[in-house]
Parts: sequence; structure tokens; C-alpha cells
Amino acid sequence: MKTIMLGNEAVARGLYEAGCNVVSSYPGTPSTEITENAAKYDEIYCEWAPNEKVAMEVAHGASMAGSRSFCGMKHVGLNVAADPLFTISYTGVTGGMVIAVADDPGMHSSQNEQDSRHYAISAKVPMLEPSDSAEALEFTKQAFEISEKFDTPVILKMCTRVAHSQSIVETSERINRENIPYEKRPDKYIMMPGYARKRHPIVEERTRLLTEFAETSTVNRIEKGTSNKIGIITSSTSYQYVKEVFGDEAYVLKLGMINPMPVKLIKEFAKSVEKLVIVEELDGIIEQHCASLGLETVGKEVFSNMGEFSQNYISEKLEKGEKETKKLDENIPMRPPVLCPGCPHRGLFYILSKLKLRVIGDIGCYTLGAQPPLSAMDSTICMGASISGIHGFNKALGKTSEEGTVAVIGDSTFMHSGMTGLVNIAYNASNSTVIILDNSITGMTGHQQNPTTGYTIKGDPASKVDLEALCKALGINSVRVVDPYNLKETEEAIREELKKKEPSVIISRRPCVLLKYVKPKAPLKVNTDKCKSCKACMKFTCPAISMVDGKAHVDATLCVGCGVCRELCKFDAFETAE
Amino acid sequence: METKNIMIVGVGGQGSLLASKLLGNLLMNKGYDVKVSEVHGMSQRGGSVVTYVRYGDKVYSPIIDKGEADIIISFELLEAARWVEYLKPNGTIISNTQEIMPMPVIAGTAKYPENLVEKISALGINIVAFDALSLAKEAGNAKSVNIVLMGAASRFFDFDDEAWQGAIDRCVPQKFLELNKKAFELGLNVKVD
Repeated sequence: MKTIMLGNEAVARGLYEAGCNVVSSYPGTPSTEITENAAKYDEIYCEWAPNEKVAMEVAHGASMAGSRSFCGMKHVGLNVAADPLFTISYTGVTGGMVIAVADDPGMHSSQNEQDSRHYAISAKVPMLEPSDSAEALEFTKQAFEISEKFDTPVILKMCTRVAHSQSIVETSERINRENIPYEKRPDKYIMMPGYARKRHPIVEERTRLLTEFAETSTVNRIEKGTSNKIGIITSSTSYQYVKEVFGDEAYVLKLGMINPMPVKLIKEFAKSVEKLVIVEELDGIIEQHCASLGLETVGKEVFSNMGEFSQNYISEKLEKGEKETKKLDENIPMRPPVLCPGCPHRGLFYILSKLKLRVIGDIGCYTLGAQPPLSAMDSTICMGASISGIHGFNKALGKTSEEGTVAVIGDSTFMHSGMTGLVNIAYNASNSTVIILDNSITGMTGHQQNPTTGYTIKGDPASKVDLEALCKALGINSVRVVDPYNLKETEEAIREELKKKEPSVIISRRPCVLLKYVKPKAPLKVNTDKCKSCKACMKFTCPAISMVDGKAHVDATLCVGCGVCRELCKFDAFETAE
Repeated sequence: METKNIMIVGVGGQGSLLASKLLGNLLMNKGYDVKVSEVHGMSQRGGSVVTYVRYGDKVYSPIIDKGEADIIISFELLEAARWVEYLKPNGTIISNTQEIMPMPVIAGTAKYPENLVEKISALGINIVAFDALSLAKEAGNAKSVNIVLMGAASRFFDFDDEAWQGAIDRCVPQKFLELNKKAFELGLNVKVD
């Protein structure tokens, strides 16, 4: 059947059609919808794991047991899962195993724009790279075939524009597939030195065989153009931009498999054209491969290794002309993302900003607390880095830092990588104050369940981590819970815990306002007679509050009636609208 | 046919994903090759959002670049102004006149520009601007601004009413169907000079 699907949805469809049985992932933009959509198929066991390393190990366990398995993650998630990846490369698989990794050139929703193709090369694992939804579906199925044929995990590399673009796909039925019977194989699966030394040559031979496969596989194809003046080697979404500009004019070698790359095919293609151009986003990986074959190319000296490409960009770089545009001579204010109206994080960040604390931050919606005018954040690195980071910061500076610095981390991020940092704080006697922002969901990626929410990916009840008990068990004696809507209570708690001569955890607990079970209250309105235009409420940076004709004004379409602005107003000007 | 380019722009949370789903569904049903490119994740949190919809015999790039859009459908006035450069010189803008203040304006570090409709119009751009929020409220829910605008935009496409209604039936959950059909109709009947 023909239908229109998001790239990520198409990968999920590919998992279904390929007979995949076990899926374990951690959410991360732009990869999240693969697993969300896979969870809609009753035939696939699907779960959110606490982090990507766990997810990959789950998938490998399922593969070892003979099932086809999958794990999905964003590019930085593969850093977390890199440890199992490099050794799973040695053990290989029993049932096919596919790992999707979604890069984010341009950093729409990421902290860096690392190029995941390096991982495939260094872990010696094949990598397929689809360029639209149809290929996302097709390549997912092929990835399982390659995985089982060559006894290797296969990485499916997505990027924002493939993952989050919808295009037309042709669906088919799910294959009937029995699990491969389990057999104990210490030589294959126990990677201690004696066995691992024997597996490494197998990996090298596998790469040789995969290179041969790459020469003739249909995933790599030459599209002959009307002129051979220019020949372009490209892949992924760059292929689409190249075709948009050149249509059928230029010769194009589209690589669907980015590791290992073919040798003869590329050499033959190079011979057939006058000038060889490499168009690839981020690093010059195809270019380096061509250089190793002694080919002369035009590549990164023309095209940037930063950000996203587009058709106009390619057109400009290859001198194919510019488009006529009309410009508005006007200063258009930026519209950066903001914490939502009623967001429980806002109350907490308002207090952190008011107390002028140093804030060692983490990854999640609450990173938006860094935006001016709250500006309540000093660093954001990676999942869990807040808790480990504050420990180092305080060890370096001692008492002066301990009384004026906090770490902030979300509930899901704490489950992902925060716990080990907290153990370190307790174990190595750090007088640090950690605030867990428990909004009872994984927020930024669009509301995924996690071990603290009490529900599975399918919405079924699950074991729920008791954060207070967990922190105590990890060795923190001072653990308390505050409601961030109560600014006074929150401020007092932070002041008290900072003064203590021991590590503390404050759990700032209130569910995300976007959760379905959180019902908005009636919006507030401003009594303009009472409003003295002092702008105290404006410091709260709620998108629903602005100054209109010199008085505070509440946008009733945005306000969810959280009422925190009432606590800030000394003149009692905020009232419940009738 | 040459590929047609439609941009749907607005503020995160205004429902651009449903609008693009509706359009994508209609276009696929009409037998076109279609690509729809969306933004998920961080920028959705009240930030400036853009969705690209492209259709034709064969569509390659999933995105629309400067100077390429045939139609820009904007859920908010400042966002219409932000993307003017993406319009083809003879393109059309359909915009809500609702103004949503961005954080730099709320914080007092920037000003919301005045008379944007007139200024866009002065560039020789065909702009249809109206208060879609009031019509959405009239339809029964302020959140149906997205469908009101799709109704207003529908007259700039060569598709009959049946095609649009069919797409609404396929994309909107049953319990919101009546509301959205009313919103679409109110948008469709907006008077244009």
C-alpha cells in the first residue's frame, strides 16, 4: 500500500515488516518517533530503556537469543552506547541487529553536531544511510539481511531531514520468521582476550567481504546524467539537494552504504567524469575515502563541515545561479524557544536567578532556564554532567562554591546518567546541592515514559522508582521535596540546603503542564486599577504575561492558571478571570 | 508539473503539524509525489516553527529555500514577516493578524514591528491577512486557528471542496471533526479584497 510517512515512522514500519521482535531505545531528537511508532505494532516488544547503553545491550541480548532486534538513539546517544558497540562488532549477532542513530546537522535540538559515520568506521560496523522515507523503510529491512548474512550489527544512519520529513512509501506485509535456536558459543560471545583475539581477524575479513558487497549492492547506484562534465558522489539528504539543483544533468553516484565504501565502483565512476565533486554534510568522510584511492576531488575546500546544506547552498557553491528574493527592511525580533506557560521549572529557575546562584546544568527542557532574562545556568554538557560537574567544581573551589552552587537535572536524565554521579558525591564526601527537577515525564523529546513515571511505553502500569528512597540509598542523608509553584517554600529549601555541611538533594516536584492528566485552571486576568506597573511579574518571563498600555496583561489563550504570578505581585493585581 | 512549494509557519504549539498532515494527505491522495518537512524537539517550545510542503511529479529536496515558496501560510503576523525572503517574487502570503509577543519583546530588549501587513504589501507581495483567532473562537475553539487558515489558503489551490473535506475526515479525530469542519468553512469564506 502507498502511504505518506515520516522517515522515523518508515523505519518503524521496516522493523515491523522485517519481523523484528525486540526494540529498546532511549528517546532523543531526531530519533524518538522510530520507537514510538514501533510501539504501535502489537507484534513487536518495545521499551524505553534508562539510557542508550542499556538499550543497545538489551537489543544485543535479544539478537543473541535469536530474535531480530533494534535500538534507536540520537547521535550523542551513540557516545553513551559506544562501549557495547565496539565489542558487539566482534561478537557479531545471531538474529539480525540494527542500530539507528540520528544525526542533527545544524543542531536543531542538540548540544553538538558530531558526525556518527566516524563510529561505523572505527567500530568496523556497516552503516546504511537512507535519503528519504521510502529508503528508510527499505534500508531497515536490508540492514537485517546484511546483519544476518555478514554476522554483524548494522547501523542505520538517519539525520534530521530524513527522520523528520514525510514522503511516500510502499508498505508490505510482515515476514514470518522463527527465532534462530540459541546455542552456547563461548568463542563468539565471551569477549575475554583469548577469544577476542580470534574474533578480530573475523571482523577484518568481514569488512573485506562487505566492501565486495558494496561494489555491486543496489544500495549504491550510479545515475547517469546528460553531461559528464561533473560527477557528484553524495549520500543521505545531500543527494536530494544535489538532484534538486542538477536534475538529470550531472552524473551522480549515490552511496546508500557509507561503511565500508566501494573501491572499484568509485574508481570507475571517477574515470567516467571530468570533475569529481563530493557533497556530504559535516565531515569529509567520502572525501577521505576518495583521497585514499588517489582520486582528485572537489569537497570540503568548497563545502562547509558545519551546519546543514540546502539546494540554494549547493547551487551557489557549484555556481548554478541564485534565486530572486524580496527582503523586508525591518528588524524582526528573534523568537527563541521558551519554557511553556505554567512550566513548573520556571518557578525554580526564577529562584535560582533571584539568589544569583551558579547552576551546573544538564540536558532537557530546563536547559531553557539558561535563556535571558532568567540566565540561570552556567554550563550544559551532556546527560548527567550536572551532578558529576558540581562535585568537581566544589572540590576545586571549596566552601565559597559549595554555598553558592547547585546542580539541576531532570527526572529522566537522572535515571539516564545522574545516579552514578550522585554516588560519587556521597562516596567522595562532596558538600554539593543537587536539585532533581521531577516533572514526571521525559519532556523535551515529546513526553516519553521513564522509570520514574510508573508507566511503560505502551502506557501499561510499571514499577516506579521512588526518587527519595533511591537518593537515600545512594548515600545522601538530606533529601527533601518542594513544589516549585510555591516560590517561598522553594527559596527556603534551597537556602537551607546550601548552608548544610553535607550533600543534599532537593526534589522539585510538579508534573509537566502539557501532560494530559494535568488540567489547566481558569486563566488569570490583571486588575488594571491594582496594577502599579512595577513589572515584578515580568521578571518571571511567563510568555502569557506582557505589558499592554503600561499595565501587566495576561494572554488568556496562553495562561493555564498556575497562579505563580500572584505570589510575585505585591498589589494583588492578578485575579481569576470570570 | 513543476514542484510547488508551500510553507506553514507559526509559533510552536499553534498546530502546524496537523495543518501539514492535512495538506500532505490531500496531495498524496491526488497522486502527487509529496514531501513534508517538520521541526520537532526544542524549537517547538514556543519558538518560531516552520513546515515545508512540496509536491509535484517528482520531489527531491524536503526543504524550501529562499525565493522558492509559492504560498506561505502563517499562523502569526511576525512569523509571516520573518519568512518573506523565502517567497517567490510572485508568491502569496496568507496570514493570521494575531500578534504573539516573542520573549525578547516581553523582556523589553526588542520591539514588535508595526504595520507589518502594509509593509509586506508595499513590497508588491500579495498578502491576505485576517483575524483567524476570532474565527477559530467562533468555530468553538481558539486552537483551531490552524484549520481556519487552511480554509482560507484552500482557495489558492486547484482542489475541489470534496478533496479538502476528505483530507479533514482522514486526519482529524472524530470528536474534533465538526469543530474543524466549521473552522475550515469560516476560513474559506473570509472576504478578500
